[in-house]
Amino acid sequence: MAFRILVCAKQVPDTNEITINPETGTLQRDGVPSILNPDDANALEQALMIKDQYDDVEVTVITMGPPQAEAMVYECIAMGADAGIIVSDRAVGGSDTWATSNACKAAIDKYVAENGDYDLIFAGRQAIDGDTAQVGPQIAEKLDIPQVTYVEEFKLAEDRKSVEVKRQLEDGYDLIEVQLPCMLTCIKELNAPRYMSIGRIYADKDIKIWNADDINVDRNIVGLKASPTNVFKSFTPAPKEPGIKLVGDTEKDLAKALLINLKKKHAI
Amino acid sequence: MNFSLTKEQEFVRKMVESFAETEVEPIAADIDKEHRFPTETVEKMARYGLLGIPFPTQYGGAGADHISYAITVEELSRKCASTGVICSAHTSLCCWPIFNWGNEEQKMKYLPDLLSGRKLGAFGLTEPGAGTDASGQQTRAEYDPETDTYVLNGSKVFITNGGYAETFVVMAMTDKSKGNHGISAFIVEKGDEGFSIGKTEDKLGICASSTTELIMVDCRIPADRRLGKEGEGFKVAMSTLDGGRIGIASQALGIAQGALDVTIEYMKARKQFGKSLSKFQALQFMVAEMECKIQAARLLVYRAADMKDKHIPYGPYAAMAKLFAAETAMEVTTKCVQLHGGYGYTKDYPVERMMRDAKITEIYEGTSEVQKMVIAASVLGK
Repeated sequence: MAFRILVCAKQVPDTNEITINPETGTLQRDGVPSILNPDDANALEQALMIKDQYDDVEVTVITMGPPQAEAMVYECIAMGADAGIIVSDRAVGGSDTWATSNACKAAIDKYVAENGDYDLIFAGRQAIDGDTAQVGPQIAEKLDIPQVTYVEEFKLAEDRKSVEVKRQLEDGYDLIEVQLPCMLTCIKELNAPRYMSIGRIYADKDIKIWNADDINVDRNIVGLKASPTNVFKSFTPAPKEPGIKLVGDTEKDLAKALLINLKKKHAI
Repeated sequence: MNFSLTKEQEFVRKMVESFAETEVEPIAADIDKEHRFPTETVEKMARYGLLGIPFPTQYGGAGADHISYAITVEELSRKCASTGVICSAHTSLCCWPIFNWGNEEQKMKYLPDLLSGRKLGAFGLTEPGAGTDASGQQTRAEYDPETDTYVLNGSKVFITNGGYAETFVVMAMTDKSKGNHGISAFIVEKGDEGFSIGKTEDKLGICASSTTELIMVDCRIPADRRLGKEGEGFKVAMSTLDGGRIGIASQALGIAQGALDVTIEYMKARKQFGKSLSKFQALQFMVAEMECKIQAARLLVYRAADMKDKHIPYGPYAAMAKLFAAETAMEVTTKCVQLHGGYGYTKDYPVERMMRDAKITEIYEGTSEVQKMVIAASVLGK
């Protein structure tokens, strides 16, 4: 029986090339190239590393988006994925994270009905256009499987029934062992994504496009109208100011300086 | 007429562009300075299929076409011409003649290792006394019917990839009395008794590519290493060079494009008399001329590659592509150094390296003068 891995990926505008219209506060997407979301490339790479290690691994990329997303799925297959699925339908257009995860859940259910159970799902931590980091975790909740976010190290157990992962935190990390199947959202520290290979670029591609009927999703829980999120405003955040470094000869001096600073800020 | 790249060709460009930016550009200046063959890059090129592009998958190739191959050499050379020619010489001058002229046993024996990049290839035609006039071959191959072997004696010079290749396609005279028709082609392997690598050339440009002498002293090889029939060597060599010219034209195109890329960046940043260089009309006109020539060169190169894919006789087109692209590379890089002023003359900027690298494209795999001979013959008749 095959060991099946799903990779949730998104085609995003290359934010290095994007600007925000200062008057309307909306993204100026015209002429901006679309790319595979960077964290999703790390997610795919981890799946491909498992595929390199074992002969029976099948990696399928799942995405939701307009038909142009085919270019991204094509790239994923040229990097080494076996197949790709694009959920594309006007009915799911404009979905927020809640509605998107509903559609993705329905697509994964269809995948399971056709192919059998998956063993692992990888997703990127977040997409660079929305920066929400919500879709991966929401899909896991809706599939009712365990999830670990911010994965920076990954080790599959020899019996392939569990994984040990290192979860990055702002001030440290968690080491977590989790049973399969599970959802892992990946960060760039996890690995260095490979390039496409010329042979894979020229190989036949198994890319399926599914519409809302295909995935049999309730139309009341997908699309713009079903989405509870409203975008109030988009803006470029001001860069974070550097922190203060306290210098002093003794620990007592440093403690004193810290105390004065905290009091000034009314923190204590 | 269709001037668009296919989806596959677009993806090849995207892939090689990103590969060259990450793996090739960062070390290009260092390997040039140190005259160091970039073994680590060649290994990565092998991993991603860059060393077996226009060959069928049944032999371990990528199953791609010659336009994708041209794009690959172009994109590599845009960052480092040495890396570009490693790919070009391996593909066009060693893999191709074995693929085209080899029998099935030879193809199955040699191509999988070459196309996967496990082994690198090279080509030996030029000799101290036989450059443009290939018929002046002094290397001899004598057939020994008792052992069904050939014994090769002689030496080859200016062999690209020489120091790192393991498979060599070598030309030698089997019958001196027949001139060109007395030349035969052979596959020589690193490690064959009597075969050794001689002097490594110290060159003006493409300093990170390995250019060596090949020496054969009573080098005995089995007769089944002969490529094609006895006496067909000149045809093997000339057809190989026709294809090789597409590779070198692509290299020249890449060098020119790379030089213009960095020069445009420089012109926008560099201010004189209170404005960017890019705002001076005299300099804008130089850029316009360079851009025109690069685009024209690209059309010629892709045209020749497309003809090769479609099995249309393409020799004169490859010659035009190489002549024009090489002269464009030399002209563009020289102007780019000029546009950089004093900085362009230093090794702090890549344009001086590109100018040194460009020169060889007017010389190897047929000088510009030889290309003109080929082109003129196709127009005027022989």
